[in-house]
Amino acid sequence: MTENNELIRLSAAVLAEKLAAREITAVEVTQAYLDRIAAVEGKVHAFLHVNADEALAVAAEVDAIRAAGGAAAEELHVLAGVPIAVKDLIVTIGQPTTAGSKILEGWHSPYDATVVERLRAAKMPILGKTNLDEFAMGSSTEHSAFGPTHNPWDLDRIPGGSGGGSAAAVAAFEAPLALGTDTGGSIRQPGAVTGTVGVKPTYGGVSRYGAIAMASSLDQIGPVSRTVLDSALLHQVIGGHDPRDSTSLPDPLEDLVAAARTGNVRGMKIGIIKELHGEGYQAGVENRFNESLELLKGAGAEIVEVSCPNFKYALGAYYLIMPSEASSNLAKFDGVRYGLRVLPEEGPLTIERVMGSTRAAGFGDEVKRRIILGTYALSAGYYDAYYGSAQKVRTLIQRDFEAAFAKADVLISPTAPTTAFKLGEKLNDPLAMYLNDVATIPANMAGVPGLSLPGGLADEDGLPVGIQLLAPARQDARLYRVGAVLESLLEAQWGGPLLDKAPSLTDSSLTDSASAVAATDSTADAALSHGGSH
Amino acid sequence: MAAINRDDVAHLARLAHIEMSAEELDRMAGELAVIVESVKSVSEAAGDDVPATSHPIPLTNVFREDVVGHTFTAEQSLSGAPDAYEGRFKVPAILDED
Repeated sequence: MTENNELIRLSAAVLAEKLAAREITAVEVTQAYLDRIAAVEGKVHAFLHVNADEALAVAAEVDAIRAAGGAAAEELHVLAGVPIAVKDLIVTIGQPTTAGSKILEGWHSPYDATVVERLRAAKMPILGKTNLDEFAMGSSTEHSAFGPTHNPWDLDRIPGGSGGGSAAAVAAFEAPLALGTDTGGSIRQPGAVTGTVGVKPTYGGVSRYGAIAMASSLDQIGPVSRTVLDSALLHQVIGGHDPRDSTSLPDPLEDLVAAARTGNVRGMKIGIIKELHGEGYQAGVENRFNESLELLKGAGAEIVEVSCPNFKYALGAYYLIMPSEASSNLAKFDGVRYGLRVLPEEGPLTIERVMGSTRAAGFGDEVKRRIILGTYALSAGYYDAYYGSAQKVRTLIQRDFEAAFAKADVLISPTAPTTAFKLGEKLNDPLAMYLNDVATIPANMAGVPGLSLPGGLADEDGLPVGIQLLAPARQDARLYRVGAVLESLLEAQWGGPLLDKAPSLTDSSLTDSASAVAATDSTADAALSHGGSH
Repeated sequence: MAAINRDDVAHLARLAHIEMSAEELDRMAGELAVIVESVKSVSEAAGDDVPATSHPIPLTNVFREDVVGHTFTAEQSLSGAPDAYEGRFKVPAILDED
């Protein structure tokens, strides 16, 4: 067990080195993670499905290729045998894909997402599918139809959302890497509140083919990890042009791994966004943010202040554009081609009435709210005032970014205004929930890349704080260059990774809250004991 | 901009094909009114001279080669359908008999 505990705490980069040197086997690593999942899932509930058999088979295949040596072993991808978890919004052959919704419960995709094909080509064992807010709509995973995920730092708190499952899986050492999707902050905000790293690449930098669409002009798949270098390694696997996504950028992928390995900020201009800190931000968040600025300054960066006056409209514009696109994307769940069909209890069985009952039973409250809001924003008479105005705001936000990047190479802000809040605290106040994304939304509106990394623990509650870096479109490498420097400066100060300070989750002192969680949550246990669909 | 009321929500729910109970309509109308109020400022943010952006990084003329790509078999396409008959999706009646 001690040995396995050491294995699961290694970074993906170190695992890859040890695998290549044949110091460890992929089966050992994969089994260590499956054991960890079995040990802590009852408390964390990061997974909706665990894919043990397939993951072990892929690991065994990698081990066999390495053992045989020769050209096939030489050609193995650097991450071959390093396991990964996949957000359950991304379709996979051989495992259910639910999008966290009852309307897709038990559905199996007949095809793999492009990013999943790339994981398979790299021979990375897929550990399973991670929990999320239904159709990625939320900031806490509390909108998952299959129960919330719990923050490994404090099981009574939210792990962020929508990708709380991926972030919690990585933070709880249930996976070294995971895939997320980010429409308004769903990779970065969970990263911030769980003390992990998450990257939203430039829009179009990673194929969206096979990601169940929420808002097509904002959605982006990206890496989730424990270190900046690990995100760069994963980004390099999944990034690059895909002809099956017509919004995929044709540009060749930059060497992001080299950027992370040779990070340097000397002479770089780093811009503080005036509108994204200060009032409305928790004191502990603000303190850790200021410390990071000092560290970067000490490393030779020049800190400048930039102003993005139109960011104050970003949240409002986002909550018009996103629901508009979502209402249209979710029209396909009609009870005919896939997923749930619910018949009306009385009256004639027409398609209209079957759709009405199916969508009433299959969608949760937040999804319904957004569909109604989107339908409203797109309806005749309101289109210009709402959707049209929001699209103009999008232009203003892009112009703000342009002006800011004329003064700074990268921008910096806290990732989220607060640390993780209590489960249930904001569930009945949609507007308070939406405010969690205030600092992450502008990047999606403009299509620019963003990275969140741990900035330390807030003084008042001892919970992780996230630092967000933003770069111009197509300059994702800058995020890794600066992120790697800040990470190493912070870790030198902490004496090791921030996650070393997180609770072990297997201490006997946690038994009480664990049994309380297990009592309210049978999904994870069912998924584990059946080793199949929930 | 007009506020959103219960009748609006009922109408929108019909357009969106989501059946809603009376209780749900009441609750949704209250919540949506708050949200709509909070996004109001968006309509005053930009003047007429500002063009709209629909896509963050626009690409134009994205075509593929005109060759047959991957296609699913009928079985694959129907594999997730709640009801199918003789290789086709089975759809409830389109028209009400009344």
